This record gives sequence, C-alpha cells and structure tokens, in this order.
Amino acid sequence: MPRLEVLKTYKIYIGGQFPRTESGRYYSPVNKAGKKLANVCLCSRKDFRDAVVSARSAFGGWSSRAAFNRSQILYRMAEMLEGRKAQFIDELIQQDATRAHAEKEISLAIDRLIYYAGWCDKFQQLFSAVNPVASSHFNFSVPEPTGVVSIIAPQGDALLGLVSLIAPVIAGGNTCVVLASETKPLCAVTFAEVLNSSDLPGGVVNILTGKPAELVSWFTDHMDVNATLYCENNSDVQKLIREKSASNLKRVHFYDKVNWYSAEGQSPYFIMDSQEIKTTWHPVENIAGAGGGY
Amino acid sequence: MPLPREKIIRPDFSLSPRIDQVGVEERASRFTKRSIKKETKLNGLKLVLNMIDLTTLEGKDTDGKVKQLCYKAMHPHDALPGLPTVAAVCVYPTMVKVAKKALEGSGIKVASVTTAFPSGQAPRDVKIRDTKYAVANGADEVDMVISRGKFHAGEYNFVYDEIAMIKEACGEARLKVILETGELGTYDKVRRASDIAMQAGADFIKTSTGKIQPAATMPVTLVMLEAIRDFYYRTGKMTGMKPAGGISKSKLALHYLVMVKEVLGEDWLSNEWFRFGASSLANDVLMQLVKEETGLYQAGNYFSAD
Amino acid sequence: MATKKKAVRSKPSGKKSNTIRLKFDTSWSYAPAPESKSAATIDKQYDLFINGTWQKPLSKKYFSTINPANEEKLAEVAEASEADVNKAVDAARTAYEDVWKKMPPKERAKYIFRIARIVQEKARELAIIETLDGGKPIRESRDFDVPTAANHFFYYAGWADKLEYAFPNRRTSPLGVAGQIIPWNFPLLMAAWKIAPALATGNTVVLKPAETTPLTALKLAEIIQEADLPPGVVNILTGAGATGAAIVNHPGINKIAFTGSTEVGKIIQRAIAGTNKKATLELGGKAANIIFEDAPLDQAVEGVINGIFFNQGHVCCAGSRLYVQESVAKEVIRKLKDRMESLLVGDPLDKNTDIGAINSKQQLDTIRKYISIGKKEGAEMYESSCRLPGKGFYCRPTLFTNVAQSNRIAQEEIFGPVLAIITFRTDDEVIEKANNSPYGLSAGVWTDKGSKIFNMTKRLRAGVVWANTFNKFDPASPFGGYKESGFGREGGLHGLLPYVQLTS
Repeated sequence: MPRLEVLKTYKIYIGGQFPRTESGRYYSPVNKAGKKLANVCLCSRKDFRDAVVSARSAFGGWSSRAAFNRSQILYRMAEMLEGRKAQFIDELIQQDATRAHAEKEISLAIDRLIYYAGWCDKFQQLFSAVNPVASSHFNFSVPEPTGVVSIIAPQGDALLGLVSLIAPVIAGGNTCVVLASETKPLCAVTFAEVLNSSDLPGGVVNILTGKPAELVSWFTDHMDVNATLYCENNSDVQKLIREKSASNLKRVHFYDKVNWYSAEGQSPYFIMDSQEIKTTWHPVENIAGAGGGY
Repeated sequence: MPLPREKIIRPDFSLSPRIDQVGVEERASRFTKRSIKKETKLNGLKLVLNMIDLTTLEGKDTDGKVKQLCYKAMHPHDALPGLPTVAAVCVYPTMVKVAKKALEGSGIKVASVTTAFPSGQAPRDVKIRDTKYAVANGADEVDMVISRGKFHAGEYNFVYDEIAMIKEACGEARLKVILETGELGTYDKVRRASDIAMQAGADFIKTSTGKIQPAATMPVTLVMLEAIRDFYYRTGKMTGMKPAGGISKSKLALHYLVMVKEVLGEDWLSNEWFRFGASSLANDVLMQLVKEETGLYQAGNYFSAD
Repeated sequence: MATKKKAVRSKPSGKKSNTIRLKFDTSWSYAPAPESKSAATIDKQYDLFINGTWQKPLSKKYFSTINPANEEKLAEVAEASEADVNKAVDAARTAYEDVWKKMPPKERAKYIFRIARIVQEKARELAIIETLDGGKPIRESRDFDVPTAANHFFYYAGWADKLEYAFPNRRTSPLGVAGQIIPWNFPLLMAAWKIAPALATGNTVVLKPAETTPLTALKLAEIIQEADLPPGVVNILTGAGATGAAIVNHPGINKIAFTGSTEVGKIIQRAIAGTNKKATLELGGKAANIIFEDAPLDQAVEGVINGIFFNQGHVCCAGSRLYVQESVAKEVIRKLKDRMESLLVGDPLDKNTDIGAINSKQQLDTIRKYISIGKKEGAEMYESSCRLPGKGFYCRPTLFTNVAQSNRIAQEEIFGPVLAIITFRTDDEVIEKANNSPYGLSAGVWTDKGSKIFNMTKRLRAGVVWANTFNKFDPASPFGGYKESGFGREGGLHGLLPYVQLTS
C-alpha cells in the first residue's frame, strides 16, 4: 500500500503563536479545477481583536529596535523564504499558478524582502530634514512608524502582494495584522511559518485567514489601529474603509493600481505611507557666537 | 563653640539652578515690548533718576571732580523743579571722605568700591583693610568684587568665605557684591555666583565693575533678579539688585524697571532695593523729563555734564 | 560664622515662609498704550472674491463680523451659498487648466514672492485688523502672526521651481483645485499656511476663512489682486459651516486641506469617502508639557506660560497638560502663579496686553463650562487677580492643581487659557501619561540632561516636540499631528507632499 500523505493544517498566526480561530469555524477554498485546497480558519472579529492586541504590544519593542537590527531580520526572512522555495511553488501551483509564474513570484517575493531589508536603515536619511529655522534653535524632522497597521492583502498575488505590503510596513518599525487572500490563503500561512523561524518577534506580523466581506469593517474601525492598507479596486469597499477610518482618523492607502511585478511595486515611498513625520526643536546656545555680547 | 570655618558645611553651589540661554534671552526681550507712555513714563523716569548710583571710578579722579559730581547728585537739573536726587555717589575709598562731606545732609549715600576694585587680585587682608578704610571714612555702602579666578577654579567656598568676611568688615554699611558677569561667561555661572553672594550675606548683588565688556545686560540682570526672588522665598530675606555699566539711555532703564516690576514686584521698586550703576544715564533721563515737560526734543548742551 | 553675627539689614527680615509673597499690583503701572486704528481700513461690506473680482453672493445674504473685545460690529461679509461655491470652483478649475498648471514654475514663484512682499508692506494694517477681528493681542499679531504669514509665502515661493529636488526619484504634478478651510485662531497665518504651498506646487485654491474672523483673509484677497495673480487662482469665500460643507462636497475639488476641530475633521473624512479627494487634516490637541526636576525652571515656567496663554490658549498645540515632577511641583506652581500675575488681560489693541479677548461668546462659554467641570471634579482652581474689561469676552489666566489623569480637564481640548497640572515621579510614568491621549499634535520636555531629552522626544507620540522651548513655529519647520490630531504636514519640505502627485 502506498504511504498515506500527511496533510498540512493551515492555522493562523497571532502573537508568534499558531492558534486556530477562536470561532471554531473553517472554510474550504477550492482552485479552478475544483480541488479543495485545505480547511482554512474562517477568522472572526475576535481573532482580529486578539491580533491587534498582539500587534500593539509588539510595537514598542519592534519600533525601538535598531534599524540595522530590523534590516538583519528582514534579510533573515528572505533567507528562510529562499530555503522553503519549493513548498511555496507547490502551494502557488495548487492555487492555480503555472510553474513558471510560481517560480517568478517566489523569486520576486524573496528579492522584495532583500530590497526592503536594505531600506530599513536608509529611508530615514532620505526623508529626514534639518530645517533651517530663523531662530536660535536646532530643528529636525524624522520619520517614525505610525503604529499598528491593518492590511487587507490582495486577492490575486497571494504571495508577492502579501510580502510587498508587509515588508515596507515592518521595515519602518510598524506592526501589522494582515488578512490573507480569501481564495488563495495557503502561502500566507506558510509565510507565517517562515516569519516564525526568522527572528521576527512575535506579534510584529499577525496573519489571519477569512473573508474580507466579513472583516474589512473591523479592520478599519478598530480604535487601536493607526493605518489601513487596501489593494482591491472595489469602490464600495474603498468608500466603506474611508468612512470607517474616520473613527480614529486612520491613515488609509489604496494600492489598487499597483502592479507588484513591476518596478513600481517597490519603493521607499511605500515605507513612508506608514510613517509619521516628527519635528523636534531645541534651543542652540549662542554665547561665543554672539560676539561676547551675552 | 562655633565650628572652625573650614569645618562648616556650606551649600553645594554646584547645584544652583540651570539657565537656558535662549529661553532667558527671549524672556528678557519680552520686557522691552512693554510700551511706556504718559504718566507711566514720567513716573518711571523719576524713579530711575532716584535709583542712580552716580559714579566716577577713574585713576584721574580728584577732590574737585568728586565735589562737582556730588553737586550734580544733589541738583540734577534745577531748571526743572520737583526732581528727586540720585540714590548715591560711588567713588574709590580715597574719595569717600570728600564725597561724604560734600553730600552732608542731602540724604544721598556714599558708596565706595573696595577689595582691590576692579580686579580683586589682592590678598584677603588687603581687601579687608580696603573695606574697613572706606567704612571708617564714612561709606554707607561698600561695592566689593568677587574673586573671579577662584570662582572659575571651582573654589566656591573661598569666594563664599571672602564675601562673608567683607560683610563682617562692613559693619553697618550695606554690602553690594559685584559678580563681574562679563568675566563669568555663562548664565549658569551668573546664577551660581548670585547664590554664593546672597548666601554669604550680600545686601545687594551687582553685575559689573563697568571696566569689563559686556557689563550689565537685561538677561544677566534677569538671571540675578530670579536668583533674588528664589532666595527671598527660601529665606524671607530681601536682596537688592544693581545692574552697572552699559545702561546710558532712559528707554533701556525703563525696560529694566519693567523687569523689576514683573519679576520682583512693588517691594523692589525703590532705591533701597534697586540701583543703576551709571554715569551718563542721569543726563539722558533729565533730557527725557524735560522733553515730557516741554514737548521739545532736547540737546546735551542744555544739561550740565557733571 | 561671620554672616550670622550681624545678619542682614533687610526690611522684612526673617519673614515666615507662608507670609512671603511678591506684590505685582505695583504703584508704578502701565498707562494705556493703544495702537491707533487709523492705519487700517475696513470696508462696511465685503463681497466674495471669485475669479479675481469681488462678486455679490448669489445668496444675497451677508453676516456681521464683530470685535470680540467690545462686541461692536466691524463689517458685513457675504455668505457664500452652494451656487457661489460652484462659481468659485469653476473659476479655480479654469484658472488651473488654462493658466496656472501651464505657467513656468519660476513665474509662479515670482507671484508668490510678490504676495509675500505686499503682506510685509501692509503688515501694520493686517496686524490691526487681525486684532480687531479676532481679539488677539496686537503684540502677537504684529510680532508673530503677520510676519510669520509673510515668511511662509517667502519660503514656499522659492520651492515652486525646485520641486524636482524635493522627492528623490519622483516627478511631481499638482492635484488640481484645493478646497481649504481654516480656523479662527490664526486667520491670516492659516491662510498663508494653506495658500502658499498649494500655489507653489501648481494648484489653485478655494479658501474659506472662519466666520468669526474673515477680515484678514479678505485683505489678503485685496493683496492677491494687487499682486496681479491670474484670476481664479485664489478664490476666497466667506461663510459658515454650510459653505465649508459645500466646498468639501463639491465634485470639482481634488484636495481638502482643513484646520479645525477633530470632530469636524472626522466629518470631512467621512464626507470624502468614495471620492478621489486627498485630505490634510490639522486637528485638535492636548499637548503634554513635561518638567523634570533638573530643568532650567524659570525658562520652563516661561515656556509653560507661553505654551498655554499664547493667543488666549486658542492654539491647537497649546501645552494644556503640565506634567511636573513631584520634587519641584511646589516651586514650579509658585513660579507659575507669580508669572500669571504679571500677565495683562484686556484691550487687544493695547500694546501691553498679553492676553486679549476670547474669540467669541460661544468659545467663552465652552471655556467657562470646562472651568466649572474642573472644579466639580475636585481639582483646585487658581486664576490671576487681574481686572477684566466690562464689555467683551474675557477670561483670566487659569490653572488647576491636584488634577488627575482621568479628569476631563486633563483629557479634553479646552482651547482657552486653562492649564491642568498633574504631577509624576518617574520617566516611564510620565511618558505613559503623556501618550495617554487620543491626540498627538505636540509635546514639550524640559530637562537639562541631553540623553534624557532624546529619550523623551523619541518616545512622545506627537508630530512636534519642543525640548526646552515651546510654541515655536517657522515656515521651514513641518507641523502636524499623530493619531487623532490629523494627518499631513504643513511647513517645510514635508509640507509640499500633501499638494503633489508623485510619479516615477
């Protein structure tokens, strides 16, 4: 008798743990051929609530890490992803990709992590300023992470889109809660396993599976979330997100026109979308410079 | 039995409050924004005149020069009746006797600089004798200088003890302690020197000798006024303030009055607690007073130089 | 020892500490020094500034703007209706498409420079009108509002032909027509903050000043006319909330820039949902001002005074929560009270006035409401002893001690001269308390220790952090909030971004 294959259980990723949804619910996405991909957690608003708690508690530590250290960890993520390339290709193919496309997507995803690993300790230099104010003050502006970011990952580019959204957010020191593609969730969960084995502190990235239709409103009106990213060209949802975001004035960005496979799919401006500019003033003593006339 | 001097634990003057230069200068410039008009100006000018320590501190001072200065002190401008006199005449110890005689009965005080003014670079016993000589000759007030070298060397106790000893030598005379802020370099040090002087018994603290630039400035004076205020709250003891040198215009003097009014209030607005050490200020005040009276802008030739 | 023996000859020697106080009600006091109104001209009635001309409102309605210092009417201004907004947006659109977008950037720059110059030339008149219409002290309009407004135009004028240097590896294009709605606390300055970067980046403008303070914006319209700015590039519409809503909801607007309350900011965010309009929101605040025991205390006190009493406390970044380390709390509070006694409240036109009139009756009522809430909550109120004018809207500088973090006066924006003082013991405690607010516009830190400053300024979640200073503004310095204090920056290089589209 041939060996019976061991099937993988796809769980969600919250606070560095892999629990099942608290709701006990599941759904079974199928591919084009009608083959069931897996029993996947159908996350509830309470899973989201728990994930936000994890993301918030991870924010202080992650944002105050040295940028160099964040860079190292993103690089480590790329290394881990490279090592599990074959598994991602399998899953992408299960999710209807051709082998050629799957190979391209995983390669780009790895390279994207490397790209943002490099930005971790550089974008601040690009977007900071020492401002020449007219009074005797030293004045400088620097980007700082906005906080907890909720991300509705693109439905289509299940891996590359996911990585392209998460990487700039965490490279900049934010933490996030991500809702994976509803129809193609497999590699999102596997990506969580990559994260978990790459020195990324628990809670920095939290990945849920489930239905945007059910969760998008919770992702957008939670009072402890600082920004929301959304990728679909669905004007009703976009409208809903902007309305709900007013609850606590979240920063909202829509990436429906971005082609993640092109050069415009990566830039430090994506990092800046989840950054705040802080300006600091301090007096400059001017005794010697005043010609002794103090 | 009192402890010997070297065993006494004195306050740790290195803990004096810190001063932010930009902040204190901003605050000082705010006083200059007050608009002083009409009777406020008139009363202010008279107050300024009455707070002046009319000063001559030159190597070439003679009896004749000092006598003329004393006459001016008593009769600032007889053409304008009802004017107050200045507060004091400030001279070297050797001129105290002449000044005292010239001012007899006028109520104007005689102040004498001592302690090897202006450098203060003399042995302590010389400084004490210098002071006792001035007091014995009739000085009502003594303007001493601190040992800036020792201060910069961190020997705060030396500076403190010296002031305390001069205070003792003063007897009934009021002691003004000159910090020579132009040699101290930072507001932090101005504040520390002020604290030392008041703790050691100063009746007045004074910015400058007039021989070093910069002399009095508004921010330096503000730092000292705030030190006086803090000392007052801590001890209940009032200390006077004397900016000296560099205040030659009425308008600037009025800004100083504004500062005294807003930092220390009513009790300091008299010549018992606030003085201007100046020589040319008096005539500028007189010119402004006459201008207020006549409506005409004035010329120096109509006011006696001494 | 020597000093003990003869002690001192001070007058009230050895007073008990509880009887020691300074008397600031001095016999030498300031005579009135009012700025003359003759240097300013205010028309009886103002129309709407649309397409470079003054146009009667289609609504045919006018409303009065009064001087809050004496409740006298200053002028009548037009109330723009939706139809007027349509006209203005059309004019702005045409000017954008036909003229402004096509104009070489260096020419655009020169127009803005020209506006800056005329603002400088008319500084005195603008300052007087600002004070008459808004109630702020003439010293502030003269020394702060008007020169800073002019400087803002100067700063952004120079950016117009240098935008390719502002955003690495990106090209910029303007957004189109910007609808700008500004508050009553810094009327001319806010107009400059809004208009200058919009024009520099090639956008055209429909601006609505606040209904209680429209006059300097209308004067600015005259200046824009005098500068020969092409018609329609800047349109200025007066009106109240309905006019603002018409601008926000107009489909021809590409960009909303709003400064005002968080409440209205949220309404705007909801209103533009489902559109492609971009938004910049500069909203409320409840800034923490933190004094550590090693701070330069007198300068800190001055910073606190300036932080809460500047412009009657009508400042979104006002330092309205004072956190003071317990070891110096008594001394700081004493110094604050003394300093408050030397603040002169009264006629805004008097050059010696430190605190002018509260901008409106409505705002005065709000402030009074919060003062009574503070008392009910058990906090201890202290107000300075100054006399207030009989007519007009005035409020004494006020502080509350024994305030708890949970008190409403410590959490809600009062927008008046009311300070809540809360004590703390450790660095971590104060950071937690300071960040414990839905707002994040500004914050202040006072300490003599450099490494602590950087720790604090980094951990404070606010867009502007003043260390050993407070309430400083400069055209080159970006301003704007975290969290519910809004998003987008105004000022500096970062103030360009809200008005451009970036393409690679």
